[in-house]
Amino acid sequence: MTRQFLFSGFGGQGILFAGKFVAYKGLMDGKNVSWLPSYGPEMRGGTASCGVIVGDETVGSPIVSTPDVLVAMNLPSLDKYESTVAPGGIIFVDSTLVSRPVNRTDVTVYAIPATQMASDNGTPTLANMILVGKILKVLNDFEDDSVRAALGKVVSAKRADMLEVNLNAMKLGADY
Amino acid sequence: MVVFDKPHALTDAPLHYCPGCTHGIVHRLVAEVIDELGIEGQTIGVAPVGCSVMAYNYFNCDMIEAAHGRAPAVATGVKRANPKENIVFTYQGDGDLASIGMAETVHAAARNENITIIFINNAIYGMTGGQMAPTSLPGQVTQTSPYGRDVNHCGYPIRVCELLSELEGPEYLARVTVNSVKNIKAAKAAIKKAFQNQIDGKGFSLVEVLSSCPTNWGMTPQKALKWIDEAMIPYYPLGVYKDRSAKEEAK
Amino acid sequence: MKGNEAIAEAAIIAGCRHYFGYPITPQTEIAAYMAKRMPKIGGTFLQAESEIAAINMVYGVASTGLRVMTSSSSPGISLKGEGLSYLAGADLPALVVNVQRGGPGLGGIQPSQSDYFQATRSGGHGDFRMIVLAPSSVQEMAELTVKGFELADQYRMTAMILADGTMGQMMEPVALDLDVKPMPEKQWATTGTKMNRPHNIVNSLFLDPAALEQTNFERFERYKFIEENETMYEEYLTDDAEIVIAAFGIAARVSKNAIDEARKQGIKVGMIRPITLWPFPVAPFRKAADKAKAFISVELSMGQMIEDVRLAIDCKAPVTLCNRVGGMIPSPEQVLESIRQTAASLGGAN
Repeated sequence: MTRQFLFSGFGGQGILFAGKFVAYKGLMDGKNVSWLPSYGPEMRGGTASCGVIVGDETVGSPIVSTPDVLVAMNLPSLDKYESTVAPGGIIFVDSTLVSRPVNRTDVTVYAIPATQMASDNGTPTLANMILVGKILKVLNDFEDDSVRAALGKVVSAKRADMLEVNLNAMKLGADY
Repeated sequence: MVVFDKPHALTDAPLHYCPGCTHGIVHRLVAEVIDELGIEGQTIGVAPVGCSVMAYNYFNCDMIEAAHGRAPAVATGVKRANPKENIVFTYQGDGDLASIGMAETVHAAARNENITIIFINNAIYGMTGGQMAPTSLPGQVTQTSPYGRDVNHCGYPIRVCELLSELEGPEYLARVTVNSVKNIKAAKAAIKKAFQNQIDGKGFSLVEVLSSCPTNWGMTPQKALKWIDEAMIPYYPLGVYKDRSAKEEAK
Repeated sequence: MKGNEAIAEAAIIAGCRHYFGYPITPQTEIAAYMAKRMPKIGGTFLQAESEIAAINMVYGVASTGLRVMTSSSSPGISLKGEGLSYLAGADLPALVVNVQRGGPGLGGIQPSQSDYFQATRSGGHGDFRMIVLAPSSVQEMAELTVKGFELADQYRMTAMILADGTMGQMMEPVALDLDVKPMPEKQWATTGTKMNRPHNIVNSLFLDPAALEQTNFERFERYKFIEENETMYEEYLTDDAEIVIAAFGIAARVSKNAIDEARKQGIKVGMIRPITLWPFPVAPFRKAADKAKAFISVELSMGQMIEDVRLAIDCKAPVTLCNRVGGMIPSPEQVLESIRQTAASLGGAN
């Protein structure tokens, strides 16, 4: 099967990083993957997004137009992408920053106060990874070895200590 | 007894320049310097677009013809392809260097690119038949300033050496002329220094040579040489505008 | 690895040690990558004062026979047009990358394929061609970069990678165990005479029209040989196809999704994906035209490649355009709709 993810939020929330991690996680699991970011002025202070495709077949179009999994880390992102989610899909929202409920009834919704949790945890920049932890848990994909391997790919070698910090944030999300 | 000999660095191709034009003198000076420094086998010259567009036929070293104004960029590529071996010079006129190619000139100087530039300033576009150049003097009559260069309409001529001397980058900037035996000797010394600087790895060296264009100035060759003294030098004073190494040694 | 980075690393693998460029979105990662890597491997990265200067620095290094490249995006490629023409006139090999964005003018920064004409007809003044390679994956960004250097050297001309914003920005796994053929000897290069040969001249000026005509004739003989020997393309499900899609780059990726869906609905549709845009792969289109009843050109332009498709099939079948422009990308649904409409117009069993 092939799964399409769309990560969205403000620039600076680690949207691209979260997407990259999920792509690498797929790669570690031997899947075909692609990662395509939004780029340009959108990145500077506005909304950022990236599409990730993970699947058994070769990835055709890398553009995610009807995501199976939407991650909305702010309200504008939910407003923009809620309607694009495939029927039966899943929406993860950061409920600290998204005040309204999801309107769609044909999707599964997980509302996680990721920003608040990250702040309480003393890692305010890792709301993204808290959400990613939850996603993997929900998708039954939280498998320690490949998670560590994928983190090793996205965390800079100079900041190896960040690997455990990220992992802990993910576990926090998974256990929520 | 040898009375006259041609430098080895010049080919036997007959020059196409007009009678009385000083390009021939400057070509010879460059060739003599290349001979004296023994660098012909490692020298690569870059010819411009302008009257000296066919300089690639006249110099015996490897030569490249560049697009109009781009010689410093091309020379940058050639130099960086093999910085230890290649001795690279450009030979450019005023339209090429100070108008269409000003950006390339300024930035090569700013980078202190280790190349040598021979800049022929004759205050006019020669090849296309005598139009106003970025260095044409106020009031100078040309095909495109038929009533004389009106500075209120098209601004003032550019003093390249002075302009570049404000930059931190360049190593050596000098203005010379070739309208007398004495001046030719001084010009040759400057050109030689500009090549020697490159050999010594000192960086960007530009020699501006005030030159004559009797054809497009509408003067006899003799009168043209005089006009350099009377009209050009007052606006473009001869001299060394920057010599970083000499300055540092003086300290 | 990002597509832009794949190009940069592949260039280094191909032996390129000189890169000159000027920042412009969406290809700046190439310059950034080179800036990081080149100093560590004894190479040269130089940020030029303009795209014009960059292409002329390329001209300088190419004159000395070394592998050299520059990259830019659409508006910057227009500025390089002068240099591209001079490279052609002087028969110099170089690799130029265009990660296209929407135009004309300053346009936008989102993906586009609207520089197709500029790349395949000629990037500047005068009669000349460039070998134009259109990658459709990050892996191909790398492979075609190596291929581009090889073809450029072999035929003494510019090879251009014609990518787009998505190809440059997307990440996919990429295998970098690339084979690189040894560089041919370049006796024409201006490396200094070492006083043991006559001087070499790199030049594009021929004031004698008969001589200039001759250089053009000779160059086009070479182009003819390239057209006969160097086309590259990929066919997808064309064997029984009644409808054939023509698409390259990102448009081919989108089309593949649409074709898979259309096949599920029983529509016999396939695709020819040109990998060389010049030389254009005429043969597979001509062959497909014997059986196919209709063609669809899927493009991120107002319809540029469609002209080559029509020429290739000698107008034996109708060709329609399915497109988005200005930085927009056709969706698989849009392409599918175009396929369904075409199928309906054929009045077949669908």
